[in-house]
Amino acid sequence: MKYADEFRDKTIARGLARVIGAEADSQREYRFMEFCGGHTHAISRYGLEDMLPANVRMIHGPGCPVCVLPASRIDMAIRLAEQPEVTLCVYGDLMRVPGSQGKSLLSAKAFGADIRMVYSTLDAIRIAEQAPNREVVFFAIGFETTTPPTAVMIRLAEKKWLKSFSVFCNHMLTPSAMHSILESPDIRNIGRVEIDGFLGPAHVSTIIGTEPYEVLAEQFGKPIVIAGFEPLDMMQAILMLVRQVNEGRHEVENQYSRAVTRKGNRRAQEEVSDIFELRDQFEWRGLGLVPHSGLKLKQAYAQFDAEMRFTMHEVRVADNPACECGAILRGVKRPVDCKLFGTVCTPEIPIGSCMVSSEGACAAQWTYGRFRDYRLRRA
Amino acid sequence: MRAYQRKLDIKNGRVDLSHGAGGRAMAQLISGLFHEAFGNEWLARGNDQAAFDVGAGRMVMTTDGYVISPLFFPGGNIGSLAVHGTINDVAMGGARPLYLSASFIIEEGFRFSDLKTIADSMGEAARAAGVYIITGDTKVVERGKADGLFISTTGVGVLADGLDLSAEKARVGDRVLVSGSLGDHGTAIMSRRQNLAFETEIVSDSAALHDLVALMVAAGGSSIRVMRDPTRGGLAAMLNEIAHQSGLGFHLQEEAIPVKPAVAAACELLGLDPLHVANEGKLVAIVAPDMADAVLAAMKAHPLGCDAADIGEAVADNHQFVQMSTSFGGGRIVDWLSGEQLPRIC
Repeated sequence: MKYADEFRDKTIARGLARVIGAEADSQREYRFMEFCGGHTHAISRYGLEDMLPANVRMIHGPGCPVCVLPASRIDMAIRLAEQPEVTLCVYGDLMRVPGSQGKSLLSAKAFGADIRMVYSTLDAIRIAEQAPNREVVFFAIGFETTTPPTAVMIRLAEKKWLKSFSVFCNHMLTPSAMHSILESPDIRNIGRVEIDGFLGPAHVSTIIGTEPYEVLAEQFGKPIVIAGFEPLDMMQAILMLVRQVNEGRHEVENQYSRAVTRKGNRRAQEEVSDIFELRDQFEWRGLGLVPHSGLKLKQAYAQFDAEMRFTMHEVRVADNPACECGAILRGVKRPVDCKLFGTVCTPEIPIGSCMVSSEGACAAQWTYGRFRDYRLRRA
Repeated sequence: MRAYQRKLDIKNGRVDLSHGAGGRAMAQLISGLFHEAFGNEWLARGNDQAAFDVGAGRMVMTTDGYVISPLFFPGGNIGSLAVHGTINDVAMGGARPLYLSASFIIEEGFRFSDLKTIADSMGEAARAAGVYIITGDTKVVERGKADGLFISTTGVGVLADGLDLSAEKARVGDRVLVSGSLGDHGTAIMSRRQNLAFETEIVSDSAALHDLVALMVAAGGSSIRVMRDPTRGGLAAMLNEIAHQSGLGFHLQEEAIPVKPAVAAACELLGLDPLHVANEGKLVAIVAPDMADAVLAAMKAHPLGCDAADIGEAVADNHQFVQMSTSFGGGRIVDWLSGEQLPRIC
């Protein structure tokens, strides 16, 4: 496949692996967090960890929007979809995410809720146009990458005079989450897990640019390398991180320069800021309430805001106490450290959200990486 | 005196509830449309069952329901699929398929013209395969109670003496052979789904594999331990199934697995893994190592096996994992698919 295979070349990968192996100081460990679910998926899909020296370890971060969505938001969506006049449009990944009562959108659908799986925001618009008598709600989720399409969708709905169309907004912001991880006590104080650097988001950064990370790198003294989602992108970015650590630097570097600029996509940023504004705080599964980390619709677009339109209430719920998703998302624990992993929590019957999306740390580990730990345990 | 009956208006007419009610309308639909399409001596006798001869050997029987959406797709339709799929299930036992039954559940309002196209392609697929559709059933349900048309087919075949293919016969060191490129059918269907529609030249691989199987059996005999067609759940589900049934693991080489560039690109776009995508004209054979090359050569000699490849081997593994060396140079597990295959969102 042209323009993809070039970034998956085995020979170049071996060359990069050799350089990483040669430059990584054998006297120390390097622990890098890949922020995005896309990175986690690629690591597992291509078996990237097998190519890295043993003292370079990847920690799977919270960058899967499905995984960090708290059960309370799923509960809200289920309650909404159970209203007879509502048609709820959702991305497929969300269907199996467990809410607080073990109920998911998939099971709500089986019980009769009108829930449709869509592949793009335009599908939802089409459904709304075809069913003017239904209350069509789009379950908007994702980081900065998926926010501009939601903004465009709201503009389109306004232009088309769609009176019974609205958006249940769950858009989240990545730099705030990185900030929260770096501030969390188990990373700062206890020092159990020291993160030596970050592989920064790829697609998110095409929108927001590299600039927003500069203050983080500076404030916390951690190198950040924006990396593409192809395996060679990641190998190169890991090498750049190793070099920064060796040289005692903590800068924002851009490996993904073919798509990301320092300032990002201005047009998309303007669209977003026209329609959305910051929430005071938003709950992330595993991270808790993170200040200024979520978006909501501005008052001027209240008619498209499902939370206003249906006076939806968020009731915070505690996750299963044995579920380690929180610690896993902060990089403090690994999936195999969780008692539920692979026992009662599998991709078929997920307890925690990390097991649901293929980008979740636990699902990726279960699907692609199990045998690695099994080999380790056996040894 | 015979009552006057107006001819079926194939061009503009539609199926209504009377066509499933057991009266003249139903008789007319069956004789005018299905008999016409399937035409054979058993159907012509018009009995509720068909009596037939079978040759020496053990009988093989299988049944399958077809509920595909959309009904028409590049490379076939639900009718040809219902014939190919059931022939293949018989053939995967190493057997020669002989007869099929077909049962139709039709939604009220279904176009006669579509029904005729589908029935004709069933007849055509059966004739091309040398198999006869010798008995059938028609039901009509109210609008909204079925998605256009469901077809269920049962197949009967005979198995030569001495042949007994089964998953538990797989042994460590056996080779894994695949008859051609993976993922064509599922991707072709996806490309026609209403909310996905993308331009592509990908065509379903739907085909009857029994001739290919006959060549393989002639070349390999009982050194072929087991054969399966990787339909729903793709190669990944199929190999995991065999791993569980045989108590072995499998180790695959990603570089050896044939996937067409267009299929790989479509899967990339949709966030799918070609190893999880359905096929309807491919088979996977687990073959004893000493005969693997001979069986592979026999496969390549048939047009449906010209891209056949040796993609890996059976290994001892108490966990019964299917593992793969990736073309990038790492390793990964090839697991069952969880739930429906859902494209990722970011």
